[in-house]
Amino acid sequence: MGFWEVTLSLLDGLEQTCLIFALTLVLALPLGLVISFGSMSKFKPLAYITKIFVWIIRGVPLMLQVIIVFYVPGFLMGAPLFSRFGSVIAAFVINYACYFSEIYRGGIESIAKGQYEAGQVLGMTKTQILFKVVLMQVVKRILAPMSNEVITLVKDTALARVIMIVEIIQAAQNFAAYGLIWPLFYTAVFYLIFVGLLSLLFGYFEKKLDYYKA
Amino acid sequence: MALLAVKNIKKNFGKNEVLRDVSFTLERGQVLAIIGSSGSGKTTLLRCLNFLETADSGSILVDGEPVFDAGAAYTDAQIREKRLKFGLVFQSFNLFPQYNVMENLTLAPKLALGKKKLPAAEKKAAMAEIEHKAEELLNRVGLSDRRDAYPCQLSGGQQQRVAIARALVLKPEILCFDEPTSALDPELTGEVLRVIKGLKGEDRTMIVVTHEMEFAKNVADKVIFMADGVIEEVGTPEEIFEHPKSEKTKTFLSNSLEKLY
Ligand SMILES: Nc1ncnc2c1ncn2[C@@H]1O[C@H](COP(=O)(O)OP(=O)(O)OP(=O)(O)O)[C@@H](O)[C@H]1O
Ligand SMILES: [Mg+2]
Repeated sequence: MGFWEVTLSLLDGLEQTCLIFALTLVLALPLGLVISFGSMSKFKPLAYITKIFVWIIRGVPLMLQVIIVFYVPGFLMGAPLFSRFGSVIAAFVINYACYFSEIYRGGIESIAKGQYEAGQVLGMTKTQILFKVVLMQVVKRILAPMSNEVITLVKDTALARVIMIVEIIQAAQNFAAYGLIWPLFYTAVFYLIFVGLLSLLFGYFEKKLDYYKA
Repeated sequence: MALLAVKNIKKNFGKNEVLRDVSFTLERGQVLAIIGSSGSGKTTLLRCLNFLETADSGSILVDGEPVFDAGAAYTDAQIREKRLKFGLVFQSFNLFPQYNVMENLTLAPKLALGKKKLPAAEKKAAMAEIEHKAEELLNRVGLSDRRDAYPCQLSGGQQQRVAIARALVLKPEILCFDEPTSALDPELTGEVLRVIKGLKGEDRTMIVVTHEMEFAKNVADKVIFMADGVIEEVGTPEEIFEHPKSEKTKTFLSNSLEKLY
């Protein structure tokens, strides 16, 4: 088994890794916003329930959550609710949405009351204030914590192998049966490139928003 | 008839009675200075006028027309329309950091215009008009050359002058200032006070909450001294500063003089 064969097989695994990463991101980014609105709600019961939910999701290891989503519905109802891949996506999306929601909340609550009031006094509508005044400032503030979280997600995708998804680490580990250990270390190269590209992208955004201080 | 009539405004925060029956009038083109010690309710009064707080009782009339009545319920759209009779300049400027000076001035009027259904040509003309008005006001406050600067690149005094221009673009009937210079270094207060003084006349009606007694004395047509949520004394600057009747006014004035010297 040569270098190319291993590389091709790892690329297959990488495809799963990328798919989990992209789907999680696309779904968790908006869901996180919904959750953050829940936790900031003036309707106290909703705020408390949301906060407890976030506490549980952030408090339990993601690996366990993946296992729960995949196996528990099967235990209770006799049939699995989600496919393997579906379970991974469901668990990842909920988990990351909770982390994102806290970042959003921090960002939104850090905007001075005076910004809203200035908009109000100038006769702007709530929607205009949100989108034209507050949003850009929030984006700037949450960019750094978000980039951290997104980079963590790249590596968390490896947890999917706990329910036999063959992402890149599992693809490498399959070679261990043939006595090959080096493919496992080789995966680091792929992660490094992936994360390197993301860092460049976030660096670009940060620079774009660097024209003002607030 | 008075341009502004404030009648029996009361405002509580929980058990704290912050405004206890405040009434006054103001004529068109006049400058009203409101003075008083910390916590006497000056900011709350301005915030009630600008619909940032809702008074618990009382009413507000502009030009004889009721703009606020504590008994009535208003929709967001109604409040937006009514509050434009007033402008407010904040102690801490509250410019929008991500927009440059010109954009800070034109953002709100352009958004309001965007919501209106108008033929394209008319809209374009109105946009140009907004730009023109903004340029003119920047000139008035002496900042034409900083139109492309961002707030973080300006001094506090310059930021406050931009905030004043931003409030004026919307042509409020009554412009309110809440301690416009108290967040500024002493050497920067002059430029802001000069701008405010320069705005006097031309039918511009202003309410200035201030701790700058010299300014109140020289610029105001009418002075209100507030204490514990009521108007303790009202009169011309001459009456308030030279011949105060109330003991509270006297004590306040001598204390604020002590602070100066
Ligand atoms: N949003 C609020 N919630 C509760 N209490 C408030 C609120 N805003 C003001 N107060 C209280 O109302 C009282 C009057 O406050 P206000 O800010 O109107 O005073 P002020 O005359 O402007 O004082 P200063 O000179 O310090 O600015 C204070 O006791 C203050 O604690
Ligand atoms: Mg105040």
